[in-house]
Amino acid sequence: MLLVIDWPLIIEKLVLIIIVVMASLGIAMYTTFAERKVAAVLQDRRGPNRAGPFGILQPVADGLKLFFKEEIIPNFSSKFLFILGPSLAMLTAIMTGAVVPWGDKITLFDREISLQIADVNVGILYVFAVVSMGVYGIMIGSWASNNKYSLMGGLRAASQIISYELPMGLSLIALLFVTGNLSLKEMVLQQQAGLWNIVYQPLGFLIFLICAFAECNRTPFDLPEAENELIGGYHTEYSSMKLGFYLFSEYINMFVSSVIMSTLFFGGYDIPFVNEANYDPNWMALFGVLALMAKAVCFIFLFMWVRWTIPRFRYDQLMNLGWRVLIPLALFNMLLTGALVLLKENNWHF
Amino acid sequence: MKQVDRREMNFLERIYLVSIFKGMMITFSHMFKKKPTINYPEKTRPFSPVFRGLHILNRDEQGRENCTACGLCAVACPAEAITMEAAERKTGEENLYREEKYAAKYEINMLRCIFCGLCEEACPKDAIYLSETFAPADYQRKQFIYNKNELLIPHPVNDPEAYKKALGNRVKRPTAN
Repeated sequence: MLLVIDWPLIIEKLVLIIIVVMASLGIAMYTTFAERKVAAVLQDRRGPNRAGPFGILQPVADGLKLFFKEEIIPNFSSKFLFILGPSLAMLTAIMTGAVVPWGDKITLFDREISLQIADVNVGILYVFAVVSMGVYGIMIGSWASNNKYSLMGGLRAASQIISYELPMGLSLIALLFVTGNLSLKEMVLQQQAGLWNIVYQPLGFLIFLICAFAECNRTPFDLPEAENELIGGYHTEYSSMKLGFYLFSEYINMFVSSVIMSTLFFGGYDIPFVNEANYDPNWMALFGVLALMAKAVCFIFLFMWVRWTIPRFRYDQLMNLGWRVLIPLALFNMLLTGALVLLKENNWHF
Repeated sequence: MKQVDRREMNFLERIYLVSIFKGMMITFSHMFKKKPTINYPEKTRPFSPVFRGLHILNRDEQGRENCTACGLCAVACPAEAITMEAAERKTGEENLYREEKYAAKYEINMLRCIFCGLCEEACPKDAIYLSETFAPADYQRKQFIYNKNELLIPHPVNDPEAYKKALGNRVKRPTAN
């Protein structure tokens, strides 16, 4: 046979894909619940507590409600694009999880299974490509709605994401100077051996964090939605599960960017102050996944904490911040890092 | 008088991050504050003894209705929510009605009622008072016209527990009779 198919590998990856997709959907579901709870406790309220004990069935109830709502497709919209919009938003949101190293290798049935769907050697570029595709979902949906508020939202989303992708990329270039490669797995291994990247790149992390907020359309950068000025922005015309997809993809994006930030700057699945080599690798891999999740949860909490503290920026403030503050700052950070890396290569001689 | 501060923002204020951090600390501190919300159906707030809720038609200790259908409550009612029809007590009904005249029909429209308590003040027989029950809910408007069945307090001899519950911790004014 010319083509030998490695069936166990395919099954292994398929199972991993299903787990990752299901997990990110489940986490996104409970992130909506967490958002409402966090909002409540930050505002001295109690939050949802009726559905099930402590309200833990609330996301299920919300999901069911969205499913049973009437599905309205406005007759002045272009139907194909109208459906394509939320689908694309959801698709790109889920796709990002493919290159994230969720954990170390585990040995099962005499096979070494890497807890990463695909160790792409340009992993971080893949993430960038997919994330910037995410804006198409919003743009197409808002365009297809044939509604001026939706269109405004879509316009804002597009310009915002393009503006903030630049400083994000620039801050990442500085990080790549330090790590020397693009594979997320390699970055984690480096951080496991040495120090976390946040130590080398504090400014880069700050810029990346701000841009991540903007890319996820979270407050203070939630201008594309802007409930009170654009009546929900790009999803004004959407109802039922299509609206659910938009809202859901926002939460998945939030989860994925939390994971990416943990991976890039906070050691990924590395457990701090523990030498993984001393213990059973299978258990360590499991704890590693938990460590990554814990870091991601911290970031998700930060996302929510900021959302319920800071009011939305004005549009010109947004553009000012992106182009006149973050980009020069990221450039400066990049040049500084480059100079330091060069000096270090040169053994600190000019 | 306080002067408006029109200084130029200094560097720390202009980078905005410090103020964001301050604001986030304020919201964070609210996480540990006591929540003023009361989980309503499970817990209820204690009422003042003079709380004015839904009306109750009173009975005396032997379970006889106090109301004599004098109509003073209906006259006192500013919302004109009370309707009644009087009837004469027949022999053999002494255990039902305390005096010779009683209300055959007694209706209060709870949608009109403003819960002012003037009916209670007007009543010379301590026959009507406002209880601690509130927030009635129903599917139809006509269900809010309460008749005697819904208004009368449970019988103190036949059903003493329900009677006590309906009485609540209301402070009874001494009656003149």
